Amino acid sequence: MKILVPVKRVIDYNVKVRVKTDETGVDLANVKMSMNPFCEIAVEEAVRLKEKGIATEVVAVSIGVTPAQETLRTALAMGADRAILLTTDVDPEPLAVAKLLKAVFEEEKPDAVIMGKQAIDGDNNATGQMLAALLDLPQATFASEVVVEGGKAKVTREVDGGLQTLEVALPAIITVDLRLNEPRFASLPNIMKAKKKPIDIKEASAYGVDLAPHLKVTKVTEPPKRSAGIKVESVGELVAKLKDAGVI
Amino acid sequence: MTVLVYAETDGVHVKDSTNKAVTAALAISSDVHVLTTADAEGAAKITGVTKVLSASSEALSKDIAEAIEATILPLADAYEAIIFIAGAAGKNAAPRLAAKLDCAFISDVIAVNAPNAFTRPIYAGNALESVETSDAKKIITVRTTSFAAAENGGSAAVETITPAAPAHSATFVSEEMVKSDRPELQGAKRVVSGGRALGSEEEFNKVIVPLADKLGAAVGASRAAVDAGYAPNDYQVGQTGKVVAPELYVAVGISGAIQHLAGMKDSKTIVAINKDPDAPIFAVADFGLVADYKDAVPELMGAL
Repeated sequence: MKILVPVKRVIDYNVKVRVKTDETGVDLANVKMSMNPFCEIAVEEAVRLKEKGIATEVVAVSIGVTPAQETLRTALAMGADRAILLTTDVDPEPLAVAKLLKAVFEEEKPDAVIMGKQAIDGDNNATGQMLAALLDLPQATFASEVVVEGGKAKVTREVDGGLQTLEVALPAIITVDLRLNEPRFASLPNIMKAKKKPIDIKEASAYGVDLAPHLKVTKVTEPPKRSAGIKVESVGELVAKLKDAGVI
Repeated sequence: MTVLVYAETDGVHVKDSTNKAVTAALAISSDVHVLTTADAEGAAKITGVTKVLSASSEALSKDIAEAIEATILPLADAYEAIIFIAGAAGKNAAPRLAAKLDCAFISDVIAVNAPNAFTRPIYAGNALESVETSDAKKIITVRTTSFAAAENGGSAAVETITPAAPAHSATFVSEEMVKSDRPELQGAKRVVSGGRALGSEEEFNKVIVPLADKLGAAVGASRAAVDAGYAPNDYQVGQTGKVVAPELYVAVGISGAIQHLAGMKDSKTIVAINKDPDAPIFAVADFGLVADYKDAVPELMGAL
């Protein structure tokens, strides 16, 4: 089977973001960018399915600015076979991304899409579900275990209160959670090999999808700062302070 | 026009989070309907609700997104906004519905600024984004820790509807729920969380759980503690786990990574117990105690 893995280039998760003083957004100039951590988990899962002989081809796809090629190279170094980049200078909303991914899905006809549950920049947690809706396919979100067998996937999901297992007929859209796996580091030989793997670069605009945003960002601000706390010297003092504050 | 709230239930009762979502809905319109899969009477009591739609099916009781979509889509014309709670069920279903209706999805709303304008956190809560939508219909999830609960005192009419069966749907196989007598993490007034420093599941259960019980608190954990198997996944507080805002949050042996702070920094009072005086958690703690939890927690238990 063929697996499509959408990946996103985002600000590195260790970077403390700064809001621009004019409140128009977050300052991304000269900030370290990486593959979204959930996308790494998705790539890892697809590659593991290939290593088990279940998947035959893993295709990584990204939508965004030209440097997103680096993100795709990372996916290729982890074991994806080839990659597709749809270039656009606008930062598309999840709905537009889902529409573009639908077009890619229809070209590639994969048996499954495995992708991250959310990107750590927009924190939307929407694109996978939207793609499933547009394609009218079943979805299994927040996966912590995926078992593919006989044209179906049994997916254990992280839900409030515990775990839930669903079965989806393939093709289906699966979004992955943190606990699914531990993504591998790309080895140097694999990074070198990845340079020879193909990346098909196309203009997103060629797909005829309306990328115009539905949402207008009116301002981006810093969250309210907490007033500085104090360090107490002893448990006794801590308990006294908590009693004074009326919380215990 | 009217706003529809998709209720969150525990299968028997409508949860308090539904009351909070109704508060958000009332900020959009004074005509609020609630769609619930259980406890229609409970939903009808929420003050401000004008009508309750009661739909039940096996798939809806398991929060299957395709079933929720099939139930709401035929009703959607009548509503200007459809509100879900930003829990696992709402996050699963709401974007699916939004795509079907070709409108933007606005997640984790923390403030309703106008019927078409909302504020939401981005970048793990390190920035707040205010957005205005040009869509006629608004599909949103609300972060319930940011809204006060609407009171119970109403008596809305209940209408039973028959949900349509989805065509291409995932099917439920099984579930494994964590049983707990303690308060639920997201609604709890007090939360005691443990981190990597606990070192083992036994230690977590020996230290964090009794302290939580003594305080009548829910138990939380950092990602490190969950990944190491000290606590179930469901206990994780943070950007990708649960977001809590209790009156009192006690962090024991938690360093305070950006991703963890995203889930608890709106707590009213934060207490940190950590032996590393430079741990980032102290930057958000109202009261910090630099000490080994092994000494501090038993002493704290004794003093409570």
